[in-house]
Amino acid sequence: MANSAVPVSILEAGRSSRHYWADLWRYRELLGFLAWRDIKVRYKQAALGVAWALVQPAVTLAVFTFIFGRLAGMPAGHAPYPLLVLAGLLPWQLFAAAFANASGSLVANTHLISKVYFPRLIVPLSSVAVALIDFAVVLILLVALCSWWRFVPDWRLVFLPAFILLTLVTALGTGLWLTALTVRYRDFRFVVPFLLQVGLFLSPVGFSTTNLPNWRFLYSLNPMVGAIDGFRWCLLRGEPALDPVHLGLSVVMSAGLLASGLWYFRRMERTFADVI
Amino acid sequence: MPPVISVTDLGKRYFLSHERKGDTLRDSLALGARGLWRRLSRRADPAAREEFWALRDVSFEVAQGDVIGIIGRNGAGKSTLLKVLSRITEPTAGRAVIRGRVASLLEVGTGFHPELSGRENIYLNGAILGMPREEIRRKFDEIVAFAEVERFLDTQVKHYSSGMYVRLAFAVAAHLEPEILIVDEVLAVGDAAFQKKCLGKMGEVARDSGRTVLFVSHNTAALQAICRTGLWLQQGRLVRQGPINDCLSAYLAAGAESAVFAPADPGRPHITAVTVDREALAAGRLRISVGFKSPFPLGRPVVGIILHNKFGQPLAGSNGRMLGERWAPPAAAAGVVTAEINPLPLHSDTYRASVYLGDAAQDYDEKREAVEFDFVSPRFYPQAPRVDVIGQVDLPWQWSLAPDGPRAS
Repeated sequence: MANSAVPVSILEAGRSSRHYWADLWRYRELLGFLAWRDIKVRYKQAALGVAWALVQPAVTLAVFTFIFGRLAGMPAGHAPYPLLVLAGLLPWQLFAAAFANASGSLVANTHLISKVYFPRLIVPLSSVAVALIDFAVVLILLVALCSWWRFVPDWRLVFLPAFILLTLVTALGTGLWLTALTVRYRDFRFVVPFLLQVGLFLSPVGFSTTNLPNWRFLYSLNPMVGAIDGFRWCLLRGEPALDPVHLGLSVVMSAGLLASGLWYFRRMERTFADVI
Repeated sequence: MPPVISVTDLGKRYFLSHERKGDTLRDSLALGARGLWRRLSRRADPAAREEFWALRDVSFEVAQGDVIGIIGRNGAGKSTLLKVLSRITEPTAGRAVIRGRVASLLEVGTGFHPELSGRENIYLNGAILGMPREEIRRKFDEIVAFAEVERFLDTQVKHYSSGMYVRLAFAVAAHLEPEILIVDEVLAVGDAAFQKKCLGKMGEVARDSGRTVLFVSHNTAALQAICRTGLWLQQGRLVRQGPINDCLSAYLAAGAESAVFAPADPGRPHITAVTVDREALAAGRLRISVGFKSPFPLGRPVVGIILHNKFGQPLAGSNGRMLGERWAPPAAAAGVVTAEINPLPLHSDTYRASVYLGDAAQDYDEKREAVEFDFVSPRFYPQAPRVDVIGQVDLPWQWSLAPDGPRAS
């Protein structure tokens, strides 16, 4: 910490720290430690450990394949139906976990927020990182299913990180709103599971959007539609090309959510310690 | 050289809200919906909000390398000041300019996770306090040695004794290297030997590395030992700044033995004042007077008093209700109830008293740790007893020895 330049901070009402983003960078290790703590603690006394991260998506996958593939008889396209579902389930699970973690993150870390200073953004960011690790575990399921059907994705796989980012941005944007609101109004804790339940049905997790040609534009207002379509496009050969307008709409919605979430979070941040 | 910390007209306001709580789910929902609407529409009902300035017009400067002791009663604004300077909360008025990095220790073991091992918690806690991982790794052995927990490094912290927990937590904090260290009353915990070690470490940090330390404590001896300058806060205002001994003697002379309370709800019986008689105290007696006021006559005014040691643990208490028929004063809507203990069987130390007001059937008001007083016991012991080891209560022990005669087997 022996730094020749001594930072000067001015504390005043309504004045946001000039060093905020620099501080965020300086505390990047804390972000990692908090994520590591959450993962470590979560699986500490669970006999099956990380396997739990696989159980839920595997069961959901089986149920969705049965309902949409068999009962509803939706067309799968070129890939086997379970792969179609899994390609939708992956981003959805990532979103759901990141969003739920981020929404509850500030209240879960009340003791830190009222006793130590650090850029508060660290807390929701680290909870999103935790979701990313669970996501990596579910990828194993994808690899397993792909090798079962001898299904090899093509060059489009390289674009997958872009859609992971789109999913994370959407989750962080909504999560920032919800976590900042929950600090003040605990009512929003009940909103999270509700939003996730509705969102699951409003997103094309169990079926392909090619089945809804008339509603695409409106549907793309849900940024997860763009993310899920993108995942399918990257992972499944022979999916139709992405419509730039629909994708652009999802990206704009997602960026808007993040920008507004950041704005609201930063605005409320200075009072967190007083009202939490 | 500019001051390390300069504070100008600093103020922090809180709002105390007096919202009615619904008794049923339906009431809560109705009240909640109304409250939510009010809050969202920013038309807060002014009657439901009462302002409270935890800090008001506080100005002072701190030079580099100074060790400042902050003194004052509970609720005087000491912790709020530390929270503002630590950037945990924002001031409502005024400004503070801080030159240098600040590390604050407002609580022992913030962020310790019981499920993680001692080793893991050192890294986690260090990161939370703003120490880079590399620095923690460098000081790891030193921290472990200071905490004396070598054998339990890989044990989950939930299995630690409270002493070990405190030692480990303080050890991490003691090895921080910020330019400014802010320490709230955290040394009140832990065993005496370790407290001494921590004080030594803090003094060392300030002396040798020219670091600035802000230190809140009720422990007069510790303040005298490591601080040069004192800041005395009273009801959110700075009363005095100067050499620590001047501040301490002025603070002790002013006494913290009485408190006046504004009613939280004038429609309910409430405690108006609590006073500990200083003359009686000097004579070895405790005399506490509790003033009360009520919108209706209290059938049998009942006052309860609990004495606590300086850590807040209850030592002894009594109340009019438990006395039954022996406590039968006339009904009164206002008055002063006085309780006396003569002699007060306690050792020299700092004590607090909580007071309660009620009638024969129920309690109406409570003021937890309403007053704090320093008691100097008139009973003389050639070897001063260590109250943190033997406890604060000074019972009339009778000692005897039966000599072992030649006939005994």
